Amino acid sequence: MGFYIVQFLTGLSDAASLFLVAAGLSLIFGVSRIVNMAHGSFYMLGAYIAYFIIAALPHTALSFWGGILLATLAVGVIGVIVEIFLLRRLYQSWELFLLMATFAVLLVIQDLARWAFGPEDLMGPMAPGLEGSINIFGALMPVYDLVLIIAAPVVLLALWLLLTKTRWGILVRAATEDREMLAALGVNQKWLFTSVFFIGSLLAGLGGAIQLPKGGADLLMDMNVIAAAFVIVVVGGMGSIPGALLAAIIIGELGSFGVLFLPQSTLVMMFLVMAVVLVIRPYGLMGKPETEGGAGESFESILRPAPRKLRIIGLILLAIIILFPAFAGKYQMTLFGEIAMFALACMSLYFMMGPGGMVSFGHAAFFGGGAYAAALLVHHAHTPMELALFLAPIAMGLLALIIGWFCVRLSGVYLAMLTLAFAQICWSIVFQWSGFTGGDDGILGIWPAKWASNEVVFYYLTMLISIGGILLLRHLLFTPFGYTMRACRDSRLRADSIGINVTRHQWFSFAVAGVFAGLAGGIYVFSKGSVFPDEMSIPRSFDILLSVLLGGIESITGPIVGSTAFIWLEDKISNLDFWRLILGCIYIVLVLAFPQGIGGFFGTKFGHFFANESEKTDGIT
Amino acid sequence: MNMENRTGQDPILEVKNINSFYGKAHILHDLSLEMERGTVAVLLGRNGVGKSTTLKSIMGIVTPKSGEITFKGQTITGMPPYKICSLGLGYVPEDRRIFTGLTVMENLEVGRRPPREGFEPWTPERLFELFPNLGNMKNRLGGQLSGGEQQMLTIARTLMGNPELIILDEPSEGLAPVIVEQLGETITRLKKEGVSILLAEQNLNFARAICDRVFIVDHGHVCFDDAICNLTEEVCELHLAV
Repeated sequence: MGFYIVQFLTGLSDAASLFLVAAGLSLIFGVSRIVNMAHGSFYMLGAYIAYFIIAALPHTALSFWGGILLATLAVGVIGVIVEIFLLRRLYQSWELFLLMATFAVLLVIQDLARWAFGPEDLMGPMAPGLEGSINIFGALMPVYDLVLIIAAPVVLLALWLLLTKTRWGILVRAATEDREMLAALGVNQKWLFTSVFFIGSLLAGLGGAIQLPKGGADLLMDMNVIAAAFVIVVVGGMGSIPGALLAAIIIGELGSFGVLFLPQSTLVMMFLVMAVVLVIRPYGLMGKPETEGGAGESFESILRPAPRKLRIIGLILLAIIILFPAFAGKYQMTLFGEIAMFALACMSLYFMMGPGGMVSFGHAAFFGGGAYAAALLVHHAHTPMELALFLAPIAMGLLALIIGWFCVRLSGVYLAMLTLAFAQICWSIVFQWSGFTGGDDGILGIWPAKWASNEVVFYYLTMLISIGGILLLRHLLFTPFGYTMRACRDSRLRADSIGINVTRHQWFSFAVAGVFAGLAGGIYVFSKGSVFPDEMSIPRSFDILLSVLLGGIESITGPIVGSTAFIWLEDKISNLDFWRLILGCIYIVLVLAFPQGIGGFFGTKFGHFFANESEKTDGIT
Repeated sequence: MNMENRTGQDPILEVKNINSFYGKAHILHDLSLEMERGTVAVLLGRNGVGKSTTLKSIMGIVTPKSGEITFKGQTITGMPPYKICSLGLGYVPEDRRIFTGLTVMENLEVGRRPPREGFEPWTPERLFELFPNLGNMKNRLGGQLSGGEQQMLTIARTLMGNPELIILDEPSEGLAPVIVEQLGETITRLKKEGVSILLAEQNLNFARAICDRVFIVDHGHVCFDDAICNLTEEVCELHLAV
């Protein structure tokens, strides 16, 4: 009995710091529409800064709580710096570019934290006066955890007072509804956004700092908490603070009791809950339907077949690719092949994201999934390569049909978050089912068939599959299927009223994207010879997503340019010590310099050069 | 265009040859107009001729590609909406855009700005005299109000900013006749308080009842500009008949 009560209370105390993080994330999203990937990093900074401040001071209650307070404020100030110097310059550009910018901040903070705080996990100090435990029906409950439980409702109350009783709060709520109207009423939103970012970051910092005696500080905190915080915000309803508390309690208790009953599936559980909630209540437990248009509305340029000059460049490129083995070494061929496979994966994401209007944060589920499907077939059933390459995309098409069935019911950020949840479920299954998938150790020894084992032959095979896949996807965009897809994106209502089953059409588009990502993954595993769960993880999904964004969503050349840039960059820097820092800085520079993406930038800059007579450019051969 | 001598007057708003676009669509073609302080002026015109775009251009929500807009003699072209608002220009949009999750009092609070010299500042109490209905539902959420009540609330919310000139986009649209009548009285009352008013309308009778000056907009420019009493049936037939 006592044991279960303690377990329940532990769940509540876990929920407390999760709630703080999620509340800040929700507040920021509500007002500025930023999906703040760096929010988990602020949480981590809160824990580390508090640790070092407390360690530097004498061990008294005053210095403990003072340290927590100072760390909280410091994180708030860091948030303000990020907002003023980076995000503020990007509010005019596309929402997903803000996401990319915050992801860059996450990368930068990850490496800076490793450099500044060291790689060791730190044990948090105990709170003076609250070190002991109390006895609940024979089970011990740390006193500090009870203090944490009180923190959540206190912060909720404070936020509620702030949001309803102050002019600032009223303006924040107004901004959540209609920013343009707020500006027309004379409110300068610049500082409103900054102040919201301050409060949001501060809450994340507080969440990290107060859990210090319980969980300590380590370098994986950021990724761990950001996934949980997203789930909580989405389950509770974007922008709803009480919803965040409710969801935090659900997730906290789930973690606490899940460990008891199903320790093998703790990672899956959280995302499963999210999937179930979103299917039943698409806007979360206490959220409202999104009024502002989803991601689809920002696409202004029209997709056209490539103009003549660009086609000629494409043909020249193709000729170079064909002749490449004649003058390139093995290493360059592998790199080229990798670029091509990755370009196909990016193209498949672009297919559903650009013309399809469905942003996915979890595309690695299909790319890595394809790799795993092929690897498992070879490993367990000794399937020949040719058949595995045929079956992997089919398997991913089926997976995409299952996942897509849930996802296409939603739109915008909710759809994207649900794809993330499903991808995370797939990842967890692969990661935790080690008997079948090899778990963390992956599957090794997946090599091409004999006839293809020569690197030149394999190079041509890779190119055939990748370029063939890309051209096929491109062709699809200019068939009635593709036109219908764009019609669904541009206006659901109008498409609906001319007799298109929008949901079904989006569902099929989703599946097509899955098939081609699976194909890319299939050939990828044979080129690498092995596959690890990393290929399905969130960072992998973001590699694909950021490459598409980098290239620019407005033309078909975008994903190809973006993936080439990404693989080339990864090849150059991934061996360096602080490569995340470098990559993050590069992303920041790119986002600031090319708010339309690299491809989009060249499209506007050199579009006239390529344009047929009076048309503008927008595509590739 | 009518360019009769109007020297010695005090223009509060001058729009000179503005060209505005929505994406690639050219909506306003060298549109010009000028209105005097303390008057009520109306933009009349069929659907889609650019009335709303004119008002949005004045408010800075749409930035004209060329031309100049001056308010109280100060150039405001290219300024962000919040700055234009702080100079004393109030905007009541076509679709009202009440903050539905905020109460009546909170909606008013959002619009509140410091008092302006020479004008008696608006307070919720003064506004509830003007709109007695709103006074009875101070704590009701914006989303729970009727269309007419929402229209009153948007006007009240804008007045909280103590504007010298209010622009209203089709305020009578979708309202019951009795509410439209009340709206006319309100506008006349505001004029007496010294507030200048520019509205876009399709309701000719409503415009005739309350306005001093009329601009007829067609194809993105002003094709008739005169005192409302000179708006003859022939002119209406020529420019407004569908």
